Amino acid sequence: MAKRIDVNNLNAYYGTFRAVADVSLTIEPRSVTAFIGPSGCGKSTVLRSLNRMHEVIPGARIEGSVALDGEDIYGDGVDPVNVRRTIGMVFQRPNPFPTMSIQENVLAGIKLDSGRKSKDELSEIVERSLRGANLWNEVKDRLDRPGAGLSGGQQQRLCIARAIAVQPDVLLMDEPCSALDPISTIAIEDLIHELKNEYTIVIVTHNMQQAARVSSSTAFFNLAATGEPGRLVEINPTDQVFSAPREKATEDYISGRFG
Amino acid sequence: MNQGLSDPRSSISGSAVRRGDQIFRLITVGSGILILALMTSIGIFLTWKAIPSFSHNSSNFFTESKWFPDQSTPIFGIAALAFGTFVAALIAMILAVPTGIGTALFITYYAPKKIAGAMAFFIDLLAAVPSIIFGLWGLQFLMPHMQGVAAWLDRYLGFIPIFQNRSDLYTKSLLIAGVVLAIMILPTISAISREVFNQVPRNHVEAALALGATRWEMVRMAVLPFGRPGIISASMLGLGRALGETIAVALILSAVFEVNIHISEPGGNTFAANIALKWNEAGPNGLSALIASGLVLFLITLAVNSIARGIIARRKDFSGA
Repeated sequence: MAKRIDVNNLNAYYGTFRAVADVSLTIEPRSVTAFIGPSGCGKSTVLRSLNRMHEVIPGARIEGSVALDGEDIYGDGVDPVNVRRTIGMVFQRPNPFPTMSIQENVLAGIKLDSGRKSKDELSEIVERSLRGANLWNEVKDRLDRPGAGLSGGQQQRLCIARAIAVQPDVLLMDEPCSALDPISTIAIEDLIHELKNEYTIVIVTHNMQQAARVSSSTAFFNLAATGEPGRLVEINPTDQVFSAPREKATEDYISGRFG
Repeated sequence: MNQGLSDPRSSISGSAVRRGDQIFRLITVGSGILILALMTSIGIFLTWKAIPSFSHNSSNFFTESKWFPDQSTPIFGIAALAFGTFVAALIAMILAVPTGIGTALFITYYAPKKIAGAMAFFIDLLAAVPSIIFGLWGLQFLMPHMQGVAAWLDRYLGFIPIFQNRSDLYTKSLLIAGVVLAIMILPTISAISREVFNQVPRNHVEAALALGATRWEMVRMAVLPFGRPGIISASMLGLGRALGETIAVALILSAVFEVNIHISEPGGNTFAANIALKWNEAGPNGLSALIASGLVLFLITLAVNSIARGIIARRKDFSGA
């Protein structure tokens, strides 16, 4: 069920402003791909284009194509709702639904699928997803308590559980650890290692050590100047990007000379 | 001031008098006490003025429908008033709450920005229209046009007693009063709900959309649960206005002191309308009786608000606040 993503000539706009220019890249199934680059380089915008979340911002649109195992998710007659059901997303700030319990949060995506499920099936999904997110042991005795009552790291893992509960093909993570403490960050990184056996994972991160630790491929984005669109500088195996980058700009960035 | 700077210890020890803080505290505490004092004194005033009528009533104040407080053996009670107030407010709520929430959702999550702005403006404007205007409009315009609706209800839903009409007169009814009240409280409910829906955090909306929620599913998953306390507050404010609205209802209803479940027939009366209509012609006992009915309205409003608070507080952990 993990799928491959082909991005071809992607241009992303906010109103008339072109935020991302001419991005083409391929993301392999069952791998972790990290997007790195300075603020404003368009890495989050590219990520949000992969599950059609970019366009929910008023005035935002894209040109180009994004194919999921060969099928263009921006094609005619493709419903963005269905795209988002197959490509899950985890956000920068943990965002469990505050009015829902832990269990209801996990099942939020399941409830959208019209097919009725029995109580046993549902509790099995809850357990499987929470175990998958390494959260089960911490919350199994309080599944009916509010999700917002958990710690930040637990909330983020709850959001991951919510995203994997619907068994998506791809999991997108937009700086999932930037609001978390180091211990919680390690917990999430361990989790990413486990999840890549089943999912195609794309993670945006500002933390280059994190990119080096969790990803097998790294894409470096950069922008020429403020107000210019962000561009993909290079995408290569992570080892190579961090030891012998092909581009000078990448080397400057990862060695801390700018950004 | 200079001393404080030159001697570092004095800046953290000792109790500096911060005038601004003191004044601010005085004002806030004072305002809080003032509100409580006002509420209490209104309650005491109403009770004190109402007591004489209770001792001069040859009927039961709560179960009697008739209103003759000034005859030699006074007979009066609030049964018809309470019924009319309740029915008119209920009709108003049934019509206005869904419509108000719907309008607010349309403005916040469906309408294009320009249309949304214009609509929000007009709804706020509607909220500022004085009651008497609504009353006149209800009397002169709505009432003739509502006859068909009431007749239709009678013909096709007449087997349900409340819609049955035995008089062939479809004007000056609680139904029409309820509809006018609905239009009056709609902008209040809609405006407050809109404010609440606007405050739904963007990341909850995105969380729902990213799970593959349609717009309606997103509204149900993120917006309505988050806005629930606000919707309840908005509805209660609307209900408060519907219960207490005086002049529009007084214009529309033909005051009849009986409990009549056939809501499209002429008649019905409410606490507030009755006070307005009877005040000038009331004798000493009549005034006291009217105040007694006012006291009941006051207590009903308090009770309604307390219940609403209770509903909001019950799921506090899940409020998202």
